[in-house]
Amino acid sequence: MRQKVTLTGNEAVALAMKQLNPDVVAAYPITPATEIVQIFSTYVNDGLVDTEFVTVESEHSAMSATVAAASAGARAMTATSANGLALMWEIVYIAASNRLPIVMPLVNRALSGPINIHCDHSDAMGVRDSGWIQLWSENSQEVYDNTIQALRIAEHPEIQLPVMVCMDGFIISHAMENLEILPDQAVRDFIGEYKPQKTLFDLENPVTAGPLALTDSYFEFKRSQAEAMIQAKPHILEVAREFAQTLGHEYGLFETYKLNDAEVGIVVLGSTAGTAKVVVDKLRAQGVKAGLLKPRVYRPFPAEELVQALGHLKALAVMDRADSFNAFAGPVFTDIAAAMYGSGFETKLINYIYGLGGRDVGLDDIEKVYKHLTRIADTGEVDKRLNYLGVRE
Amino acid sequence: MTTKSWRETVPGGWITEAGNALNYKTGDWRSEKPVYIPENCINCLFCWVFCPDDAILVEDGKMKGINYDYCKGCGICARECPTKKKALIMEDE
Repeated sequence: MRQKVTLTGNEAVALAMKQLNPDVVAAYPITPATEIVQIFSTYVNDGLVDTEFVTVESEHSAMSATVAAASAGARAMTATSANGLALMWEIVYIAASNRLPIVMPLVNRALSGPINIHCDHSDAMGVRDSGWIQLWSENSQEVYDNTIQALRIAEHPEIQLPVMVCMDGFIISHAMENLEILPDQAVRDFIGEYKPQKTLFDLENPVTAGPLALTDSYFEFKRSQAEAMIQAKPHILEVAREFAQTLGHEYGLFETYKLNDAEVGIVVLGSTAGTAKVVVDKLRAQGVKAGLLKPRVYRPFPAEELVQALGHLKALAVMDRADSFNAFAGPVFTDIAAAMYGSGFETKLINYIYGLGGRDVGLDDIEKVYKHLTRIADTGEVDKRLNYLGVRE
Repeated sequence: MTTKSWRETVPGGWITEAGNALNYKTGDWRSEKPVYIPENCINCLFCWVFCPDDAILVEDGKMKGINYDYCKGCGICARECPTKKKALIMEDE
């Protein structure tokens, strides 16, 4: 039942949205995510979806309208990038706090300033603690597959959290790739009919969404919200197993590449993982035991599983396409280093900040990281924890 | 003051029980309070209509005073009171 097509990442997401056929899409254009809703709006115009398309005046309104629609019991989606996400900020937290199963493709782009429209992960990293589930994608196929799974994950009765599906701006969003897609009906069968757990439209059972909760109850609501994230992992994997029965593509919390017997490895999100796999192959041919881990589910953070997968390495570089400007390290490094602490493993850890503002990351760049790791593995000494890759010195 | 465990909370903080604002006395937010002067009152009940909470006490169609457990002191009742000599005036708390 699969069909081969050639699409850009944005086209793949727009197609996935058409197949998901959400009740409401509220969106505001921003490069490089614009195309997703632009293409989707043509589906609305041509009557190919049943969606109420709301053209709003800002991203703050886009997320507000999406939250309102989801509260009313609709399947609601939006899409954005970088500064658009930043403008949504207040309502991004409310979507998660109110436990609304919204799906939002996020086309990763650098936050200003200076103004830059190209890829980095500063937008997604800024909201990593907002309570949204984050799925990351290496290519158009993964972003298509993740978008469809995201809806099931968000709507899972035990989860009920919003999901953002991340893909690298331009590198994935605007690059043509071959991928396999499902027929519309197969997607609709996979997601099923939506039965919202709560709706403002149930007049027999009136409810209030988003009320006040002060010192005597706010903490209990936040603890309950935290539990949904803590318990989400097995359900995310359950959806992945079911999805594997459609296209045959298998997904876990992360993907490993030649990692099991590796001595040096890197952790990298998104499209750069594809580049790094080529370098791993080259180094393996030279006898270097190099490996790779690409996180897919970054929130919830699969700490135990990551430690088990990475702990045998002599040296590990965590790659961050965003800086935390905290004079310590980038966000992914900080999470992984914290997870490794107290695990008993003695892996030497370094951090590389790379690719900010769309700076290209080539095979040579990644090879430099592995060479650095090999030196550390040989000497057992970390010379420098925080490193910058590809910046002019 | 609720003593519920987080496990008993409604996910997302949704309120599923209608009218439970009655359980939350908000009158202590008040910085000014309306004072009722019965001799000036014509029982038009504008105050009852305009009160954004449920703080105007009415019995048998007659104004009976203010419920200070819920009155937040917004002053709308005193502003809307139509009589020349006001039946509701705001005073410092």
